[in-house]
Amino acid sequence: MPAAVPVSYYLILSAILFGLGVAGFLFRRNIITVFMSIELMLNAVNLSFIAFSYQLRQVDGHIFAFFVMVVAAAEAAVGLAIILTVFKNRSTLAIDDVSSLNN
Amino acid sequence: MDAFLFFLFAAIAVACGINLVLQTHPISSALSLIGVMGSLAVLYLLLGAEFMAAAQLIVYAGAIMVLFIFVIMLLNAGAERSKSTSLLAKALGIPALLAFLGVIGFLIQALLPNTELVKFGAFTGGTAQAIGRKLFTEYLLPFEVTSVLILIAILGAVVLARKEI
Amino acid sequence: METFIIISLVKAGLVAFVLLTLAAYLVWIERKVLAHIQLRVGPYRVGPHGLLQPLSDLIKLVTKEGVIPANVNTFFYLLAPFIAVALSLISISVVPFGTQIDVLGVKTYMQLTDVNVGVLVILAISAVSVYAVALGGWASNNKYALLGGLRSSAQMISYELPMSLAIASPLLMANTLSLREIAESQAGFYFGFIPKWYIFQGPMPQMIAFLIFLIAAFAETNRVPFDLPEAENELVAGFHTEYSSTCFAAFFTAEYVNMVTISALGTHLFLGGWNPVFPEPIASFVPVLVHAGAGLILLYHGTQTVSTRTWDRYTFPLFGLVALGVAGVFSLPLLPVPEPLLSIGKALHPIFWFGAKVGSILFLFIWIRGTLPRFRFDQLMRFAWLFLFPLSVLHLLVTGLLVALN
Repeated sequence: MPAAVPVSYYLILSAILFGLGVAGFLFRRNIITVFMSIELMLNAVNLSFIAFSYQLRQVDGHIFAFFVMVVAAAEAAVGLAIILTVFKNRSTLAIDDVSSLNN
Repeated sequence: MDAFLFFLFAAIAVACGINLVLQTHPISSALSLIGVMGSLAVLYLLLGAEFMAAAQLIVYAGAIMVLFIFVIMLLNAGAERSKSTSLLAKALGIPALLAFLGVIGFLIQALLPNTELVKFGAFTGGTAQAIGRKLFTEYLLPFEVTSVLILIAILGAVVLARKEI
Repeated sequence: METFIIISLVKAGLVAFVLLTLAAYLVWIERKVLAHIQLRVGPYRVGPHGLLQPLSDLIKLVTKEGVIPANVNTFFYLLAPFIAVALSLISISVVPFGTQIDVLGVKTYMQLTDVNVGVLVILAISAVSVYAVALGGWASNNKYALLGGLRSSAQMISYELPMSLAIASPLLMANTLSLREIAESQAGFYFGFIPKWYIFQGPMPQMIAFLIFLIAAFAETNRVPFDLPEAENELVAGFHTEYSSTCFAAFFTAEYVNMVTISALGTHLFLGGWNPVFPEPIASFVPVLVHAGAGLILLYHGTQTVSTRTWDRYTFPLFGLVALGVAGVFSLPLLPVPEPLLSIGKALHPIFWFGAKVGSILFLFIWIRGTLPRFRFDQLMRFAWLFLFPLSVLHLLVTGLLVALN
């Protein structure tokens, strides 16, 4: 095993996690799990920001990841409030049942 | 040591990520996501981003995911009903994902052949002081805009939670 | 590298042993203090003055049958207490207990690791430890446990905000996030007698922040008057209703270890860490005098025993001699002694002051449990969001303004 790995390994890990997030987003049928897949994608992107920050020896990548985190927090607050409202009105969490705009 | 830690926590992150996609119960998915976030925090530490590692745990694992778990427990969400997904998606999904990842991995290795080796302690610019200085000088406007965004999100959440829609 | 690993392992073992013993004896102290507040004597049968009670409790809990209820998710059910005890033990690793020691050529800080972002690490771990309670409540498959878990996650999220803001104001003055540097920056005295702790230090004495921190700490550790997750007359036992045996012991230990950690954090941030209460010539005599006085009182009472408590004739003098021995150890730096003894004695004084301050906060925890009734849940939330949170924001603003003007 090598003593240290290059930054590109971190980027590949980030890509794998992003791909898993996309897969979860497309395949899962529960609103909350779909939402969590989005969070996974955001996390994967954060990892690549911080890896690039290491490569360039600049702290700007951290700042961008920080903003992503803040936006994710705002998104979670509003998104979960929407999920609660949907559940109150339709008592279901399945994403296929919430498709009244589709007709 | 650095490589060992990377492979260990990368393996945990990927395993938890796969578990997130495969589990049908939302609580299991949420806990897998927390596992991903925890191992990412360790990787941030390896990359010299100590402040971001702590923020990752406090904001993501400590606040956002607690909110998720709270909502799952409040709604008493059970396991997902298995819906018949289209055969095409089942047959093509996993190969497509693997092909996509292969292309991305190849591109990264081909376009960035000599990236730096990651050694713990080689980059020490990720301290709270450095981030604070950047945040309040160069990135002041985006910072203020995010604070407005958070305010709007709070208002939105309160309105959604209160009103009968 | 090898000496570093050996020293770290020794320190980790020592800290874990001391912390777990302390947690066990904290239960004994709590039962004793509560009993004396209520005019009882508390545990008295097992060992002299019930001193072996923690040991017998431990044996009882470990040898009991661990019941796993039907229809629970076994993995999560067993994971929750594990998370609780593991996280509570992690966060103590960034807390320093004293200054640098130099024994027989080995220099080391009395701290497992000095992290640049020590305060944030403790906040992060305490934020993550919500899962233990929430998950335990959910996995038990029991209405009361679920309610307890829900209450606790709501309560811990809400009180984390005022707590973080209260912690932020001394950090503004300290200009660092490392707990050791924070403690070191509080050395010295105003006018020779007011210690420069952050609750007294200018430009903004942090007394209000300390009060907010204490209130939030009670809520974070689920202690009375904020122990709604385990309110026994509403929810049976809350989130750990279904737990028995070792799993229950894990939750119990985690609660007390968290109390110790949060008291240590408060001590470092507001009460000056290991810096003594009195200026230097007096400060070195205080630990000696306290222990010697306690030893002499115990020796005196050993000769004055009542006939109904015959044990005291032997135990009181024994404890008195132990206390006198401790006083002797603390007097080492005041005497002309050879080198290793001198530095050991010098290293022990900061630990005494640190332990005394942490002990005072822990006593406050117990005292309040014996005094105040429990809040109602809506009162608890209203208090956090409508009073504590605005107050801490305001306090942070004022502190920031004064620090900037200074």
